[in-house]
Amino acid sequence: MPIIFREPELEPFRELEQLQRRMNRLFQNVFGQDWAPWTAGVYPLINLSEDKDHLYLRAELPGVKPEDLDITIKDQSLVLRGERKIPEEEKNANYHRRERESGFFRRVVRLPSPVDPNNVEATCKDGILTIRLGKPEEVKPRQIQVKSA
Amino acid sequence: MTAKELKPKVKEEAPAKAERVRPGRVFLPNVDIFETPEALVLMADLPGVPQDKVTLDLKENQLTISGEISPPLGEGESLISQEYYTGDFYREFQIGELIDKDKIEATIKDGVLRLYLPKAAKAKPRKIEVKVG
Repeated sequence: MPIIFREPELEPFRELEQLQRRMNRLFQNVFGQDWAPWTAGVYPLINLSEDKDHLYLRAELPGVKPEDLDITIKDQSLVLRGERKIPEEEKNANYHRRERESGFFRRVVRLPSPVDPNNVEATCKDGILTIRLGKPEEVKPRQIQVKSA
Repeated sequence: MTAKELKPKVKEEAPAKAERVRPGRVFLPNVDIFETPEALVLMADLPGVPQDKVTLDLKENQLTISGEISPPLGEGESLISQEYYTGDFYREFQIGELIDKDKIEATIKDGVLRLYLPKAAKAKPRKIEVKVG
């Protein structure tokens, strides 16, 4: 029995959005798969942030188990290695859509400042990996008191 | 099967349906959908969405999946560089009128939603035995 999956059609005034998506797709076809000029082009995409005491490196890795991740730090380079596994479903499964991908990844990230290798913590929550890297004393921002002469 | 190297994929934004109350972007989650003789199974990547922030709705034959993410940054953090955007997830599907709505099961683990949609009895393929008359 055929079961049809179809996304509801867009309203006419949403055409612009559709056009934008088509343009994106065109760029992707011309410049290689999934062209995004602001990224390193290496999986996974990474966001870096900081506060006073730490650097934070985050990546969206849904379904990746902590035991399938390998993180090493040397000087200012962080190497993130791992595998995203998608368990095989039962043999008589008939796929309608397959957008989720599995495979290996390896990414080297140059950190913007030195970190204390003994003060690093990595956690996986809801499919997001967060690596918290402690800043050594010498790179922490310091408040400078202004004295009146 | 040899595993391949993963390539980064830029998240696709969901077409806006109406003005949203919550600010920010909305993305289409990547999904796998497969069918077995008993059920339809939908797997969706919803990174950053906690278990209590997933909303599923099956009305008539329209299935809606939405998920709200937790704040992407901690208190007092500021971004240095950004390669991926963060935002909620939303996607709709039309499904044939064949689902046993009372037996739908949904689980989420490590940012992956698994939705089990059992087929209604009449939709299951039935083998009809031909007897000798």
